[in-house]
Amino acid sequence: MTVVVRTITRILLPISLVFGGYVIMHGHLTPGGGFQGGAVAASGLAMVVVAFGASRLAGRKGLLSSLESLGGVAFAALGFLGLGLTFFANVLAGAGGLFGNSVPYGPNPGDLNTAGTLPLMNWAVGFKVLAGLGAVVLLFALFGENHDR
Amino acid sequence: MSRWLALASFFLGAGLLIFGAVGVRPFGDPPRAEMDAYFNRYSQPEVAANNAVTAIVFDYRGYDTLGEATVLFTAVSGVALILRRLRK
Repeated sequence: MTVVVRTITRILLPISLVFGGYVIMHGHLTPGGGFQGGAVAASGLAMVVVAFGASRLAGRKGLLSSLESLGGVAFAALGFLGLGLTFFANVLAGAGGLFGNSVPYGPNPGDLNTAGTLPLMNWAVGFKVLAGLGAVVLLFALFGENHDR
Repeated sequence: MSRWLALASFFLGAGLLIFGAVGVRPFGDPPRAEMDAYFNRYSQPEVAANNAVTAIVFDYRGYDTLGEATVLFTAVSGVALILRRLRK
């Protein structure tokens, strides 16, 4: 791609990654969550693939697909964490400790250290979506590049 | 013949849609609101999450989200399987 696209990608890639991380991190407080933030960050990866060509990222296929599997396993493991009560019971919510603060009823700005397993699940799903969509875009782009010549 | 068939199926479908639209309740007035009221009242004390949508998606209906994650995993696996390099 031209130098214009490459320069704009260099500017926009950190912004999209940081904004995706923000949306994932505040998933239990503001609109958004793991799926949406992962898609935002994956759009940054797609931008890199478009601007710099897929062959530059070809060696990262294994990293992306293992990150995707790791996110899925972490999500299921967090679901099994509540198996003492039921599957997907939120055992960490309101219990103190990690993400254990409780929330008063009614409109309030909220606290990052709340909601129990939800932020952890958001991170797992966010990495899963980021790596999954990135791997799909990368695989399609590699396929197209191999068939161009 | 096929034109009459198309016309008849069009009027049948349109009639069904209009029949459904007549019985629609006014906006913001669902027939059963107990579940909505429960989520509004208890998503903050029970899940300790300010975002009720995330509380529903990841806690009350976490099983559904597991299915969604499985769908994504299956899609990525299928793409990786079909677009892999066979030889060379």
